[in-house]
Amino acid sequence: MSLDAHVMLTLGSLDLDVELTVAGAETVAILGPNGAGKTTLLRALAGLLPLDAGHVNLDGVILDDADAVNVVPERRSVGVVFQDYLLFPHLSALDNVAFGLRSRGVGRREARRLAATALEHVGIAAANSVKPNQLSGGQRQAVAFARALVTKPRLLLLDEPLAALDQRARGAVRRDLRTQLQDHTGARVLVTHDPLDAAALADRLVIVEHGRVMQSGTFAEVSARPSSEYVAELVGVNLLRGTACNGRLDLESGGQLIATTPATGTALAIVHPRSVALHRELPGGSPRNVAMGHVVGIEALGDRVRVRVDGPVPLVAEITPAALLDLRLELGSQVWTAVKASEITVFPA
Amino acid sequence: MSSRKRSARRLPWAWMLVALIGFLFLVLPLVGLVLQVPWSSLGTDLSTPEATSALRLSLVCSLWATALAVLFGVPIAWVLARVEFPGRSIARALVLLPMVLPPVVGGVGLFYALGRDGLVGRYLHDWFDIQLTFSTTGAVVAETFVALPFLVITVEAALRSMDRRYEDAAATLGAKPFTVARRVTLPLILPGLIAGAALAWARALGEFGATITFAGNVQGRTQTTPLAVYLLLESRPELAIGLSVVLLAVCIAVLALLRDRWFAVG
Repeated sequence: MSLDAHVMLTLGSLDLDVELTVAGAETVAILGPNGAGKTTLLRALAGLLPLDAGHVNLDGVILDDADAVNVVPERRSVGVVFQDYLLFPHLSALDNVAFGLRSRGVGRREARRLAATALEHVGIAAANSVKPNQLSGGQRQAVAFARALVTKPRLLLLDEPLAALDQRARGAVRRDLRTQLQDHTGARVLVTHDPLDAAALADRLVIVEHGRVMQSGTFAEVSARPSSEYVAELVGVNLLRGTACNGRLDLESGGQLIATTPATGTALAIVHPRSVALHRELPGGSPRNVAMGHVVGIEALGDRVRVRVDGPVPLVAEITPAALLDLRLELGSQVWTAVKASEITVFPA
Repeated sequence: MSSRKRSARRLPWAWMLVALIGFLFLVLPLVGLVLQVPWSSLGTDLSTPEATSALRLSLVCSLWATALAVLFGVPIAWVLARVEFPGRSIARALVLLPMVLPPVVGGVGLFYALGRDGLVGRYLHDWFDIQLTFSTTGAVVAETFVALPFLVITVEAALRSMDRRYEDAAATLGAKPFTVARRVTLPLILPGLIAGAALAWARALGEFGATITFAGNVQGRTQTTPLAVYLLLESRPELAIGLSVVLLAVCIAVLALLRDRWFAVG
């Protein structure tokens, strides 16, 4: 167990009470809407906010016990990639990365040498002497990442690392970040409001709303069995892994998906359950993805029913109770699923 | 562009007229001064011993006063901006008081605090043999007294408006508070510090009331340029005008330095 925390604090109208454990070399995504307390949680872990109650232990060392111990941020082995990155505008990319080393007593020359290596490692060695405002969003992310990791922290915190990027850059940077994260051997906590980030980057999800944990588990677990309408809305999506080629995704489960997104190599496809139509007979019409399967689960969730279909293309479909009656579906029924290619999002993983 | 045209069209004529009169009121004295400048003899006037000693003294005193204002003003601004303590608003009011206090009153206060028989001044004299009145150091002290608030108010505003999350970022990178201040906060507020120092310098350069009251009017020792201008206006007006126009030029230069900060509206 690397990080073991129970963060309880009130800040303004926010009442935060979150328990969080992260193993070494594991990435946990804190997913939730704006104002859920995600950033406050990270600030408490970094030592920028004291706890009212609870504890923060990292590798067996108490960092905050809400009483006698509250280790100041500069003495915690915690690296932070802030939202907007917060690169020091008056320092070059190289000096931004060297900052943490210099602060920890490394000599100027050695710090710069290590920083240059770190920048090279994230693939932007050429940006060494450039000030942050002349870097692209993706480059800034890389510098911020290198800056947080160059001191080899035991815990890495990332606050919305992709939110500052435009939609076009996000996919590529997300893929880079995924590789970069694997280089860090300590525990990693990623805060995001984007389920795609969580799906692509995290081993485990913790869904937080109004300062409380709503549900936690792997993305597959949570998306397959969301415990509330809210969680279903957020991550109750079908996540399919496979190999992409020529607008086609060969699924690990044996089936195939036609998608409009161009991607090659290992990829993840996201299909929203509302986009999945169910038919008792082989349907005609425009949907490119039609597959046969068997109903293995029927769960009512609010005013909708989630029908889980297993087969070469395992999917969850969200339909109305009326449609369920019309189709006369029950466990074990044979059923056809249909999804339009344009409803499938594929991204490299 | 279009919005500016629209607002100009809507402004009543009477307003424009009043604004124009007010504008002329501010500009006419400057025109009057510049028209009086004996340009042909300006060089020889300014190289007379009275003029050079006053200008040199002004430069030395005002630079010392600016340095002292930075030395004491930055920590004061820091405390006012970052430390919460009871009576903070009263402390801020006291720090800023010299901005609105008649300088001659400041001079009287300095006299009874730091003068030879003053509250603290008597010990400076008895223990350290330091006498501030009628000395160049006294002129520096008087200028610092009036200049310091300008530095404090500008630097405090800069400290309050900066994004403090940069300091958080530095702390998570292992920087101790002093390192954060030196390597992050100070560089980030540097434009504010430069503006504050320029304002403080301009104020110190023009100081008259506190200096003449506290430090006296001794040529070569406490007779700075404004004092010389006042004294020479009767006996040698062309010299007084020459020195005045030098001060005017310096003030315009300070405004030019600050233009990005304060005149970016246009």
